[in-house]
Amino acid sequence: MSHDQDETDLYRHKPAILCRDLRKSYPGKPVVEAVRGLNLQVNRGECFGLLGPNGAGKTTTIEIIEGLLLPTSGDVEVLGRCWRRDGEAIRQRIGVTLQETQLSDKLTVRETLDLFRSFYRTGITVDVTMKSVSLDEKKDARIAQLSGGQKQRLAVATALVGDPELLFLDEPTTGLDPTSRRQLWDILRAIRERGKTILLTTHYMDEAERLCDRVAIVDHGRIIALGTPRELIASVGGDHIVEFSVAAEQHSRLDATRLHSLVDVTSVRDEVDRWSLNSKMAHHTIPALLSYLEAENLALAGLTTRQASLEDVFVKLTGRNLKEDPTG
Amino acid sequence: MTQPSSSQPSSSQLPPQHPIYHLAMARIMEFLRQPDAVFWSYFFPVLMVLALGLAFNKRQEAPMLVDVVDTQLHEKLKESLKQNSRIQLMNTSIEQANIRLRTGRTDLLIEKAIVDSGHVYVFDPLRPESVSARSLVDDILQRSAGRKDAVEVSDRSSSEVGGRYVDFLVPGILGMNIMGGGLWGVGFAVVQMRIRKVLKRLVATPMKKSHFLWSLLVSRLVFQIPGVVIILGFAWLTFGVAAQGSLMAALAVVLLGALTFSGIGMLVACRANSIEMVSGLMNLVMLPMWLFSGIFFSTDRFPDAMQPVVQILPLTPLIGALRAITLEGAGLLEPAQLMRIAILATWSLVSFAVALKWFRWA
Repeated sequence: MSHDQDETDLYRHKPAILCRDLRKSYPGKPVVEAVRGLNLQVNRGECFGLLGPNGAGKTTTIEIIEGLLLPTSGDVEVLGRCWRRDGEAIRQRIGVTLQETQLSDKLTVRETLDLFRSFYRTGITVDVTMKSVSLDEKKDARIAQLSGGQKQRLAVATALVGDPELLFLDEPTTGLDPTSRRQLWDILRAIRERGKTILLTTHYMDEAERLCDRVAIVDHGRIIALGTPRELIASVGGDHIVEFSVAAEQHSRLDATRLHSLVDVTSVRDEVDRWSLNSKMAHHTIPALLSYLEAENLALAGLTTRQASLEDVFVKLTGRNLKEDPTG
Repeated sequence: MTQPSSSQPSSSQLPPQHPIYHLAMARIMEFLRQPDAVFWSYFFPVLMVLALGLAFNKRQEAPMLVDVVDTQLHEKLKESLKQNSRIQLMNTSIEQANIRLRTGRTDLLIEKAIVDSGHVYVFDPLRPESVSARSLVDDILQRSAGRKDAVEVSDRSSSEVGGRYVDFLVPGILGMNIMGGGLWGVGFAVVQMRIRKVLKRLVATPMKKSHFLWSLLVSRLVFQIPGVVIILGFAWLTFGVAAQGSLMAALAVVLLGALTFSGIGMLVACRANSIEMVSGLMNLVMLPMWLFSGIFFSTDRFPDAMQPVVQILPLTPLIGALRAITLEGAGLLEPAQLMRIAILATWSLVSFAVALKWFRWA
């Protein structure tokens, strides 16, 4: 037992996940390059998010790290171990939820968790697991009778029952209603507070902002930005977005350079039907904007202001929306 | 091996059962909670035994259909024919009778001979029913005309039980059930788990792959036992079908068969990733055995040139071994039985080995 303890200590200072120049391509015409040289380090105890649109390579990346796919090239270390040599040791220490597993409809919650618990040498009891995802009242219900949110919580429970050091979640709230999403977020926060490391993928910016200590924005199989949500948002220049529009025929009479020179504006985007300004202080920028329009004799058709989000980071970096299908 | 990092206060655990137990239990519960699956695998063979058993049992008692043209046969002769309960007389015209004879709706036509006062039997010498109707009718007519038996004879009914078609059929149905159960039960389940990404989820755990494959076998053997009991029990209760040999030997053969067809099911399903694909493959694998393995009639009826192929199909030695035990009272150690067991064992080893090598989890 002490030997085992020493061994655990040996790996403790290693990062939870380390990827070096990860590449994955699928043969075909044309060859699909899902991951194109991805470097990543996830530290112990953090909740790390891979944020990107559908098809960005997030699932391929997470499944390589989970040991379900072999990379075409590059190195992966999980909890200081590599898959080829220490696959069993890694599997004993990680918990996985896939994007689209449909667990057997005919089994009950408890039977399903008993089954998954039996695969792990150590772990937590099924009762504790059910309680931690608020399924203890559904323990004898068959999976067919569960709602989408309950099924997803059960999927998380199957990953927790082995008491993992590292938890993987692929698109954990896709397709869930707002209440179920918030409930799952609470569960994931509680897991993080117990010192677990979490790697999740999502295409919801709000999910990444609320849950993740650090976020990597993934596009076309590469990481194009990395940092805390706050850092990333600050990097687009300003905490606020001011969006306004004028009558369509007057839109082109506005001048981007003039707008940029307004107080506290850090960047300007012409969105064709409206203008979008990044502002450090919206309450300084808006009066200046209004007097500029007054001076030009232009009538304001619409004005909104909001906090900048990771969505804005993505738009700034790629020129596309997160929800759009990736082009090319 | 405690995990000191765990902040869960109640890491005290009831030791979980072995993974094979939980995996097999999961399969068993899934099966039992699917009433249609239970019905098809247990009661369909029973219905088949019932239907075929009744159809072919009746044949021995089936009435003999004899057509006469009313005006041509003497009343006294008709009376003596009617006294025999197996003969069903039908008055009809000569044209009608000829059509009925040709289409198999009657077995025999009695015509009046043209030249003298005798009779002409019109019958089909290739149809056993027709031949036996002729000889029975002739016997009755001759006796009623005063013929005496030259030698004193008496009949004793022999081999009623054990020699009937239903006795032959039941081991065939049992073999068919074992084949279908192994292929569908294992193959279908595997493909469904692959489609639902359950296999992928399982390989993301430390589960040993061999445990998973063992659990499929264990659950298959567990499902097969009630199947045998139901089929044999039903055949015994309704038709009095009983095994001449040891039931334990029969059970051993059944389990070996279940093992073999589970292996073949696993092989069929080892790469398939759609229900359509696995269903097609399954039918492809089963069709030759339905036709050639002697479920409904003896494989001796196939020409010698085909015998090597017929005998090597796994269902043939399975049904052969079961019939040898139930019909002839054979054990397991006769050379013919050992040969059958060897063929089955080879099939199961080869199919498992190949399935393991080719198995696609994700």
